[in-house]
Amino acid sequence: MTDTQSVKIKVRNLSKVFGSNPKKGLELRDQGLKRPEIFEKTGLTLGLSKIDFDVHEGELLVIMGLSGSGKSTLIRCLNRLIEPTEGEIVIDGEDIPQLSDKELLECRRRHFSMVFQNFALFPHRTVQQNAEYGLEIRGVAKEERAEKARNSLKQVGLDGWEDALPNQLSGGMQQRVGLARALANDSTVLLMDEAFSALDPLIRKDMQQELLELQHRMKKTTVFITHDLDEALNIGDRIILLKDGEIVQIGTPEQILTQPADEYVERFIEGVDMSRILTARNAMRPVRATAREDDGPRTVLRKMSENGLDSIYVTSRERKLLGLVEVDAADQATKEGKQDISSVWHQDFACVGPDEPLHNLFAMFSEKSFPIAVVDEDKRLLGVVVKGAVLAELAESGDN
Amino acid sequence: MEFPRIPLGQWIEGGLDFLTSEYSVVTRAISRVTQTGIEALNDSLMWLPEWVLMALIALLSWKVAGTRLAIGAAAGLALIWNLELWDPMIESLTLVVIATLVAVSIALPVGIAAALSERLYRTLMPVLDFMQTMPAFVYLIPAIPFFGIGSVSAIFATVIFSMPPAIRFTTLGIRQVPTELIEAADAFGSTRKQKLLKVQLPLSLPTVMAGINQTIMLALSMVVIAAMIGADGLGNEVWRAIQRLRPGDGFEAGIAVVILAMILDRLTQALRK
Repeated sequence: MTDTQSVKIKVRNLSKVFGSNPKKGLELRDQGLKRPEIFEKTGLTLGLSKIDFDVHEGELLVIMGLSGSGKSTLIRCLNRLIEPTEGEIVIDGEDIPQLSDKELLECRRRHFSMVFQNFALFPHRTVQQNAEYGLEIRGVAKEERAEKARNSLKQVGLDGWEDALPNQLSGGMQQRVGLARALANDSTVLLMDEAFSALDPLIRKDMQQELLELQHRMKKTTVFITHDLDEALNIGDRIILLKDGEIVQIGTPEQILTQPADEYVERFIEGVDMSRILTARNAMRPVRATAREDDGPRTVLRKMSENGLDSIYVTSRERKLLGLVEVDAADQATKEGKQDISSVWHQDFACVGPDEPLHNLFAMFSEKSFPIAVVDEDKRLLGVVVKGAVLAELAESGDN
Repeated sequence: MEFPRIPLGQWIEGGLDFLTSEYSVVTRAISRVTQTGIEALNDSLMWLPEWVLMALIALLSWKVAGTRLAIGAAAGLALIWNLELWDPMIESLTLVVIATLVAVSIALPVGIAAALSERLYRTLMPVLDFMQTMPAFVYLIPAIPFFGIGSVSAIFATVIFSMPPAIRFTTLGIRQVPTELIEAADAFGSTRKQKLLKVQLPLSLPTVMAGINQTIMLALSMVVIAAMIGADGLGNEVWRAIQRLRPGDGFEAGIAVVILAMILDRLTQALRK
């Protein structure tokens, strides 16, 4: 799915050593020494080592790792808030580490806006003035920047708050201002450094949801840093797992969960509530038999008995789901001598899309005893989920 | 064998003599400009009738800090006028204002530069320590060969003595701006100048104002001491009272200094907010 997308930022062989003689640190690393040994020998810290990855146009890429994994260093290397020691960071043909100071300013203005963990709003500026900051320093005319700032404030749901000062707002609202400030700038890449980590859990979920919606609308290339795997799995198109300054795994949330690269990733995902991550698609089984809309009651009864079913889904010729026939109703129709089943099917069953999280399915089982139908956007029947399959899928992922 | 005494004093005097003789053109020019400034300000303050100036100061106090300070300032100034210390008070005020203006206009750029350059910061801090801890009287001595007896020497000594807090607080204020805000300014592509004018200076303003407040207070105390080298003002009244052993006169002038100090302090503190 990512193959068709073009590359926005190409990062190759990126390394960062903190300390007064960083080249020495790289030499020792090339001799095969690890981070703690290099520190013990020289006092240098190997912050990042040989990082390779691409950021695709329009994707939301999550870089995740625990504290000390180098994720904050990595995101700051992208816009050179931290100078990389070696490596390439190419954005639209420009190699960022090679830029002169002036070119770097230009590059930051055009390509990057950043959202910070503790919001980093300017306390002496109003909400509106904060949102205008990026445009103001680029010398955008007053009316134009006011207009753009108002628009971006509206996008994050803050219209009416333009004249407030940041300290008059709650944490969640402050971070919306931070987001609006970044969006107003209309840069090509959004950098989010633990942007939601300082918010309390409920607000955090809301903000994640809103970011996903914004992302869906605007298709802005986003690099999102987090230490929280749930957050990474929830919002990431792809996830990069960092450990001790090195990449452990790059993949979609599902790849990370189902094919963990090593023990470290496995331990990481142990704590994840799999029922939130896995979807109906994972637990879906092919339908053993369906009734056609023009089948007679006798045929339907036979299909049921051959497959050991006491209810069967009825589909049209195009496999569109029409309804469900129960064995009693089919039996009744046969006795009454009816020629078709259109009068006996009903729609009193649960029907979900393939991306429905498994944990939402539990409630549906307790209401109905029928298998849950999984349909695509055109109502075509893709498969069914039975209670046993959900439990089996959860158990299986837990074991892995 | 006896280790010879280091002729530190002679070296310093040699250096000062050199400066006095080689740069007399410069010192004389400074002297003339400063003297003109002092006279202009002093004359215009004196030209105003007492009650007008009193009313103006009370009005300013009311605007900036509220009714209490306005009433206090008016009452204090009325007492000074009643004690017939109005003219010396104006002379002292003039010296404080000019010395503070000079001190702050040097201190702000130096303080900003020291905040932005670690190297300058490290060389400057011991110099500031020296300036502040050297007994204030010592500055009076070289002031005389440079600028002669009188108000200009007083201003020179006062500027040197009162400048350090303004530099220190400016540096501190800028350095205290949270790193995240600096990062935010950088991340959006601010130039150094934009960062300074739009983020660092506005955020350090309360601290800078605290430094200016300190500078004013030190300037006032030094202006009093500077009476020893012929500066006019309330210090001169105190100095005369000492020479004639008249404690009553001394305290009257001293109280006038305290009143002036309190008005200036409350005013600048209120400006901080």
